[in-house]
Amino acid sequence: MDLTYTGEEEEFRARLREWLGGVLPTLPAKPSPGDWPGRRAYDTGWQRRLYDAGYGDVHWDASPTTRLIFLEETERAGAPYVGANFVGLLHAGPTIAAEGTAAQRERWLTPVLRGDEVWCQGFSEPGAGSDLASLRTKAVRDGDTYVVSGSKIWTSHAEVADWCELLVRTEPVSAEVPKHRGITWLAMPMDAPGITVRPLRTLAGSTEFAEMFLDEVRVPVDNRVGAENDGWRVTMVTLSFERGTAFVGEVVACRRVLGELAAHAKKSGRWDDAVLRRELALLTAEFGALWRLTQWNVSEAQASGGVPGVGGSVFKLRYSHARQRLYDVAAGVLGGAGALDAGQEWTLDRLSSLSYTIAAGTSQIQRNIVAERILGLPKGGR
Amino acid sequence: MHFQLTEEQRALRDGTRALLAGRFGRDALRAAVDGAGLDRELWRELGAAGLFGLCLPEESGGVGLGLAEAVLVFEECGRALVPGPLVATFLAAGEVEGAATGETVVTTPYNGLVPWLDAADVALGDTAGAEPLSAPVDPLTPLHRLPGGERTRPPWRATLLYAAEQLGSAGRTLDMAVQHAREREQFGQPVGAFQAVKHLCAEMLVRVEVARAAVYAAAVTGDPVEVAAAELLADQAAVQGARDCLQVHGGMGFTWEGDVHLHLKRAWTRAELGGRARDAEEALAASL
Repeated sequence: MDLTYTGEEEEFRARLREWLGGVLPTLPAKPSPGDWPGRRAYDTGWQRRLYDAGYGDVHWDASPTTRLIFLEETERAGAPYVGANFVGLLHAGPTIAAEGTAAQRERWLTPVLRGDEVWCQGFSEPGAGSDLASLRTKAVRDGDTYVVSGSKIWTSHAEVADWCELLVRTEPVSAEVPKHRGITWLAMPMDAPGITVRPLRTLAGSTEFAEMFLDEVRVPVDNRVGAENDGWRVTMVTLSFERGTAFVGEVVACRRVLGELAAHAKKSGRWDDAVLRRELALLTAEFGALWRLTQWNVSEAQASGGVPGVGGSVFKLRYSHARQRLYDVAAGVLGGAGALDAGQEWTLDRLSSLSYTIAAGTSQIQRNIVAERILGLPKGGR
Repeated sequence: MHFQLTEEQRALRDGTRALLAGRFGRDALRAAVDGAGLDRELWRELGAAGLFGLCLPEESGGVGLGLAEAVLVFEECGRALVPGPLVATFLAAGEVEGAATGETVVTTPYNGLVPWLDAADVALGDTAGAEPLSAPVDPLTPLHRLPGGERTRPPWRATLLYAAEQLGSAGRTLDMAVQHAREREQFGQPVGAFQAVKHLCAEMLVRVEVARAAVYAAAVTGDPVEVAAAELLADQAAVQGARDCLQVHGGMGFTWEGDVHLHLKRAWTRAELGGRARDAEEALAASL
């Protein structure tokens, strides 16, 4: 057990820290949350700067420890996070890198890394949320193209995306074809005819995701990643990335927020409230341990050389609830009108934290995964 | 950064687990519950195996290992529910003659309580006027109470080792719950097939793994704030883990014959001895 970093890693950290110190003051002002074209430009602009400085591929090619240092340092410095590039950098990109052909990697990876192209995720459907394999959007082969019809929901960043990682059914469910088979992973160009995007308003008032209606959209067969009907396995690669490393930067951010909450409470006199102080203390223990758990998981991934495994579910379960508690406590720190003012950043964060126990697999689904795949309890008995 | 157990650490953990399974298995545990007092022979065997002298330099007759290794060994003691003033004797090794070898049993007051005072050869600190609790809740931990509500905060190493024992106990109650959930059938299937039971077990594992990260990190850094976090999370994992395990066992969990209550009662006892939650919370708050 060792928590020190190698000389090379420390060098990387120092270089990055210096670069961040130079570049962050030159960033343009952050666009307002509802300005999606503005946010796209801001987020891709940041990605381009990372690319030009040699950090563009840090989510993919760097060692897990280097990635950890990158996320720790950028978050600590208050640098922008992946934002609109989230799906491209952390879902679709790693999936294409792992499962795509040489031509596909050539076509799609560099534009993501340079911030030239933005991806969205077309997985969930109105009738297939947590039970993702029940999806019904169908693709029918017509020569060199798939003709896709159906609808998707919770499609993040759909308004500003160039590409969609799309799951479609290429084989109807039958006695021979169980629902996890017959699914195919396609890269769909968002400017193809037949796509209608309708933004959905979240309870936080934002429109970060949308409904998407697909009416005989033609997607070239060359855009298929993995074999036909093998999309479920390809998707599992994507989801293990999501659960493994997607929240690393956020843990560092939550620790920073705790410091800000304490400073705010000390200024307002609320720090004298022993109950509030105790809640902040428990959250300090919580996020400190979650950071150590992150290091443990990263260290394990580094040792095994593989993609992150089910351990990510353990992390996600605890983290999503801790984040919600953090912003409940923030409301206590703000107090009264402050806690009820949706113009306050912490109040907006409190609202958006409500999605964490639902998105990327609900807590209930994660508990099933932990119980069945880690603890070996029997399936069934839903 | 290699925040994983080394080969040697795995071997130490597995060896300790095997030693305790052989020497302090279920029969020995139940015999101890029936009032055998402190098993001096076991104590000497633990000393001979190097448990108490683990962190002493080799030239002083110790094993020369670090706190991270001690934490792994104490985790195993917690799993097995080894009775006795393990922490006080461990910390006295090198200072009290015979403590390292297990010849001398050492106790010391923590938070106004003295465990195993009558059985100990040496009591460090002021124990004048200590009065025995007529019925300590844990049948495996006799306790004396200091007069006047006096309390001494345990040194951070003691807090960390108690947290390690809590972690071991939490891991054990998780295993017991999962085993029972796989075997016990109701309504024609193992109760572990029911989501309500599954989710209890999943949350137990999450608490164990979060506590483990905190305890191991605290052992590596020795940072007092991390020790406080480890204490809070390990206490929670042990106490809530034992409660959930009891729940999974149903009526069997509520019997004296079941072992679950022994874990819960010891977890409560360790939570008092290892440090007060309020002190840990204030230490964490002060770090903000």
